[in-house]
Amino acid sequence: METTIERGADTPETGAAPSRLHGTDLTLAYDKRTIAADLTVAIPDRSFTVIVGPNACGKSTLLRALARMIRPTTGGIVLDGRDLAAYPAKRLARTLGLLPQSSTAPDGITVVDLVARGRYPHQGLLRQWSREDERVVDASMAATGVAELADRQVDELSGGQRQRVWIAMALAQETPLLLLDEPTTFLDIAYQIEVLDLCARLHREEDRTLVAVLHDLNQAARYATHLIAMRDGRIVAEGAPGDIVTAELVEEVFRLPCRIIDDPETGTPLVIPAAPAAAATTPLTPPRRTRK
Amino acid sequence: MLVRPRSLAAGLLALVTAALFAVLCVGSGEYAMGPGRVVDALMGNGSAADTFIVRELRLPRAGVALAVGAALGLAGAVFQAVVRNPLGSPDLLGFTSGSATGALVAIVYVGGGAGAVATGAAVGGIATGVLVYALAWRRGVHGFRLVLTGIGVTAALTGVNGYLLTRAQLTDAARAVLWQTGSLDGRGWDDVTPLAVAMAVLVPALLIGCGPALRMMEMSDDTAAALGVRVEPLRLALVGGAVVLTALAAAAAGPVSFVALTAPQLARRATKAPGPNLLPSMCVGAALLVASDWVAQRAFDEHPLPVGVVTGLLGGVYLVAILAAERRAGRI
Repeated sequence: METTIERGADTPETGAAPSRLHGTDLTLAYDKRTIAADLTVAIPDRSFTVIVGPNACGKSTLLRALARMIRPTTGGIVLDGRDLAAYPAKRLARTLGLLPQSSTAPDGITVVDLVARGRYPHQGLLRQWSREDERVVDASMAATGVAELADRQVDELSGGQRQRVWIAMALAQETPLLLLDEPTTFLDIAYQIEVLDLCARLHREEDRTLVAVLHDLNQAARYATHLIAMRDGRIVAEGAPGDIVTAELVEEVFRLPCRIIDDPETGTPLVIPAAPAAAATTPLTPPRRTRK
Repeated sequence: MLVRPRSLAAGLLALVTAALFAVLCVGSGEYAMGPGRVVDALMGNGSAADTFIVRELRLPRAGVALAVGAALGLAGAVFQAVVRNPLGSPDLLGFTSGSATGALVAIVYVGGGAGAVATGAAVGGIATGVLVYALAWRRGVHGFRLVLTGIGVTAALTGVNGYLLTRAQLTDAARAVLWQTGSLDGRGWDDVTPLAVAMAVLVPALLIGCGPALRMMEMSDDTAAALGVRVEPLRLALVGGAVVLTALAAAAAGPVSFVALTAPQLARRATKAPGPNLLPSMCVGAALLVASDWVAQRAFDEHPLPVGVVTGLLGGVYLVAILAAERRAGRI
């Protein structure tokens, strides 16, 4: 692909939206394997930013770097004007939360006990459980609709309920920024929508900045206020989904021939993959007449 | 919220059990005493003979049993939480085999007395801990890698220990085999002093310093890190503390098997509380070892057994029972 859509080289400070969390000239690598180089990214404040891209494009790696789960080999990430690497652990955990791809609920733990663990960064040797903790835990369970499950064991819940409990735990952390690494993976479609509706509501009503990595481009386009499309460790395009999601972009990022129509429910871009006959010049199986 | 009533009750029950069996242990032997006389002697109200026998001759052994049991229960709970696996006990991670290697070297090559054996056991256990940790390191120590590395090191050390036994004189070999079983025979205050000193520092450090963060680590390294836990320093501190406890426990009583594996599981079932259950595991460990020692002394009146035989039998049977129960529940 020669016709890449280049991002402007503008720095986050002089760019359009203000950003508390941004990274400049990042090289992200596991051991010697470089995942991304010269990556510059800014998360617009109060956005629901969704990062999309094909497998192994570096989207989860980028999210993990923003959450300080991995350290960039070069370049720096800045949170509220301060180098991310310089934050004390608990201080960071009061500003920026991360819901990792997989967590294990301890055997036999109840919903309320798990959500209460989100208060850990607010506690210390001399500051144990408080009224405030109690209030925040209740509010977090109410916001995620798991209040009535408070005394149930987490192992007994459905996949969607369980994911809402984990989100409630992250909410109890009371961080203005919340990062979610593929929060819908392993969930049935109805639960995926349930979780994304919840994220959208949290973004709308609680004034938080949300950053999520999602697999499904249509869901990303429907829920994101700011979309970042990645391929091979580069940001190919970013902006409002309505502005950037085009057939050319999808072809370039996902190598998927498609048409884009308006989502009849929301008006956001909806990707319709091209039928095989139109996509391939030589079909793998003879076309079946009955389908037409 | 801070202390669950059920956890408190379970811990107290374990403590009462431990005290009860300690009194029974102190009362049993060639010069048998009822529990009432033992308590009188302990309180200073007994006859001169009773007081001497209880305080000078038998209490040290019960004290060693309580301390070693508590140390092993705590170390086991820490390891199981760090590797997130109920099989993550020092028995299976190689540290006790390392203690045995150290003790065997002391017996076979140095020909030393009890002090040299204890030192060898402590050094061997701690050195093995360092080795396992270093071998398992790759961008941090992942729990499962620690288990696999530990199992590998255990296998290698078992070979080394077998070789050392073949090099030993017959009397040394007999002594070494007895030591490897784990025994409280003839143990006194001197034997448990290093462990007691270490526990005075490590128990508060592990319970209060690391306990809350360890609860976070149970959920996954990422979740803990996201909650503000510095995962790798924490894991190093936890493994380091538990290795020292295990090694010094082995130095005091030999590598008593299965207490570290069983105590946290029993504690978890008693408290029904999520989390590493560090303090209850410690109490249960103490109760388990002192009760086992009572059984070991009383089971065959003529021939007292080394306590390691009893804990091995009890622990093995209990482990199979757990596995059977889990299987019926469809969890494995």
